[in-house]
Amino acid sequence: MTTEKMDIKAIEMKNITKKFGDFTANDNIDLTVHKGEIHALLGENGAGKSTLMNVLYGLYTPTSGDIYINSKKVNITNPNIAIKNGIGMVHQHFMLVDTFTVVENIILGMETTNGAVLNIKEATKRVEEISKKYGLLVDCHAKIQDISVGMQQRVEILKALYRGADILILDEPTAVLTPQEIDELINIIHSLADQGKTIIIITHKLKEIKAVADYCTIIRRGKKIDTVKVEDVNEENLAEMMVGREVSFVTDKKPINRGKKILNINNVLIKDNRKLNAVNGLSLELHSGEILGIAGVDGNGQSELIEGITGLRHIESGNVILDGKDITNKTPFEIINSGLSNIPEDRQKRGLVLDFTIAENMILENYHKEPFSKKGRLNHKSIEDFSKKLIEKFDVRPNNPSQKVGALSGGNQQKVIIAREVTNNPEVLIAAQPTRGLDVGAIEYVHRYLIEQRDNGKAVLLISFELDEVINLSDRIAVIYEGQIVDIIDAKDADERKLGLLMAGGGVNNEKK
Amino acid sequence: MKKNNKFIVTLFSIFLGLVVGAIILFISGYNPIEAYQVMFMGIFGSPKYISYTIVRSTPIIITGISVAFAFKTGLFNIGAEGQFIIGSIFAMIAGYLFKLPPVIHGLVAILVGALAAGIWAGIVGVLKSKFGINEVISSIMLNWIALYMNNYFLTFPLLRRPNSDASFKVLDTAKINFLGQWKVSEAGKAFLKDNKFLRELLNPPVNYGFLIAILLAILVWYILKHTTLGYQLKAVGYNKDAAEYGGINIKKNIVVSMMIAGAISGIAGATQVLGVEHQIGILAASQGYGFNGMAVSLIAGNNPLATIPAGLLFGGLTYGGGKLNSLIGAPSEVINIAIGSIVFFVAMPKLFEMFGKIFTRRKRGENLD
Repeated sequence: MTTEKMDIKAIEMKNITKKFGDFTANDNIDLTVHKGEIHALLGENGAGKSTLMNVLYGLYTPTSGDIYINSKKVNITNPNIAIKNGIGMVHQHFMLVDTFTVVENIILGMETTNGAVLNIKEATKRVEEISKKYGLLVDCHAKIQDISVGMQQRVEILKALYRGADILILDEPTAVLTPQEIDELINIIHSLADQGKTIIIITHKLKEIKAVADYCTIIRRGKKIDTVKVEDVNEENLAEMMVGREVSFVTDKKPINRGKKILNINNVLIKDNRKLNAVNGLSLELHSGEILGIAGVDGNGQSELIEGITGLRHIESGNVILDGKDITNKTPFEIINSGLSNIPEDRQKRGLVLDFTIAENMILENYHKEPFSKKGRLNHKSIEDFSKKLIEKFDVRPNNPSQKVGALSGGNQQKVIIAREVTNNPEVLIAAQPTRGLDVGAIEYVHRYLIEQRDNGKAVLLISFELDEVINLSDRIAVIYEGQIVDIIDAKDADERKLGLLMAGGGVNNEKK
Repeated sequence: MKKNNKFIVTLFSIFLGLVVGAIILFISGYNPIEAYQVMFMGIFGSPKYISYTIVRSTPIIITGISVAFAFKTGLFNIGAEGQFIIGSIFAMIAGYLFKLPPVIHGLVAILVGALAAGIWAGIVGVLKSKFGINEVISSIMLNWIALYMNNYFLTFPLLRRPNSDASFKVLDTAKINFLGQWKVSEAGKAFLKDNKFLRELLNPPVNYGFLIAILLAILVWYILKHTTLGYQLKAVGYNKDAAEYGGINIKKNIVVSMMIAGAISGIAGATQVLGVEHQIGILAASQGYGFNGMAVSLIAGNNPLATIPAGLLFGGLTYGGGKLNSLIGAPSEVINIAIGSIVFFVAMPKLFEMFGKIFTRRKRGENLD
């Protein structure tokens, strides 16, 4: 990066305040990003970083404050104005039409036409030019549904560039990628910046900030804490600024005390919604007192496997034995009562009734048991007392049992689920993506409870896309690929590279590339 | 939204609905103030009118409770209309064919109507839980089947009164009218002759249906709030995936919920037969008790207790509004427009949020572009 580039202020946000009712999401935030700079926005969940970017992209109108693009004051009231000002945003959840091709998706809304006829050839040429210029490799004529998540993300970036974006906002861009894909993305971001594009990355992953960003602005509880030069700080400094206290990165756990075989999964076959074999003759053994991690790229049968074990999806063949008892295709009710609990992958879909209060959610699996109810009558008093205890123990905020769960932040919603599932004291706990979307503070907390469960002699089956998490927590790691376990390795021998290759379907000894 | 706000939004919606009605009246060349005076007097002008308002409101309060209950459990009970008809058919049959002592006969007839309508609605629940058929579609079809079933039953000589378009009347023992027997006895007539207020009040077919409506509203509120059944039903209604994950049998709960909703609508039909009509007639088209119940439930924000005032409002407006035509020549349909507007405004609280925002921005002097 040249100093000349650095002089142009691509973005200046001054004294931005955004209130939602009484709640101040952004409190007088200043943000300056120079042209050609890679700038990370770091903050906990609900700190206000996404709000700030939505203000910049015109999705929210700020309550007060000014925005300058290239030193010119602008009034961005909707995304079209943002696009005209050269701002592009890649959302965490891609906005692509699955059945359209890559080019069709990119030109959607600004098609090149000859009269009324779509000129795909011309459009393809332009897309290919941009793609080559920034090293964004895509297969122009493939359909979105057939390409990898990493490529879908490149399509999103191309979409923004095709619309003439000079400033790119990437919202949690690495959340869905494999380690290899993350490396590729980092290269792309550098190449974009080298050619004069300005990049803002919203993230709470410290490692990636160190790997990619020039500057980092930390936001905590709606307030700007600082903007720092990334090379001057380490991950611990960043974490501390983000959370406001010291954060421990090492997970302490006692040496393993492996008990009896508690869960036996034998050669199970489970179909996905399209009636294809998602879990394809998978076998796995879980012992008491251990955490068994399952590593794998999304869509290799993890979701179907969990749903099969917990009784939410039919197991076509094979069986699941829990502590000597066959629980294959039993109802969720029976399986829960046999001593299996589950922190579900999708907390809002499966784990919580958002319109219920915290207290009502705390008893989701036990509402029919005493003391919560007797002869079909709910005992609101004991439900509330129980919830208060759990809220305090698990530090759920706000600490009001009659608060609707839908109004809680993601981290606190997850705490409600963990409180409920851990309190069931299950022999086997299946934790699926237990820290997805959580910040370091909350993650540390979730990890502590999973390890506590293990140290108390219970078994934990951990399914996660976060390799760090799998490596740090697990005693053994099973790698899942296309519905089968391709290898089980001791966590001590695991590293990201080794796992990444296994996850991509390549054996360690016969590397494909 | 806070409870308090909801209440204010509802009151404001009612007011706006009446304003819309007034505008229509004004455009059609009537004095809206005079018209609303006529309506007001038509509801409160005499004890008789008040009685009529309550009698008219009773069935739609009960169907309103049915719709509200189903809604809280995640189902849209558009089938209240048909369930009402089934309830009335079977209450009539039980009221006419059974021989039982007073009070008990009435209660049994209501239970028979409720049971029949509950099973009727259970069909919808089974279709939904077993085959995934949307309850709206199957309910609408069953509404028509119920209508023609009513007419088919009236082809049986056992039920149809000769030379009429209606069934036999239910036996006196089955009627649920308030002081019904006493009213027409010699002693009663003599007493009422000297007591104008009571005479007027009891002149309409006043019946215990209103009391049943209140009890049902409380019962449904209690079930939803204080029982494990209500907990399950609501969990399934709010998020069936989470309910399933928590070990709740969602298929069973869908059927149970439809059956309860159906039974409640059936009670509405039964009280109408046993307390007002005392017979069932050939139906050319839907009478609208079920559909009006949906409007009542919407105005009540699907709160079972609030269906009582909402139903009274609806019943009062239609009853009082019915007098516009005869007294000042204004079309009574205006009232349907007003009620429609009320439902419309209640259903879009966002509108008020927007109003609120524009208002506060104006106050701060910002431009609105």
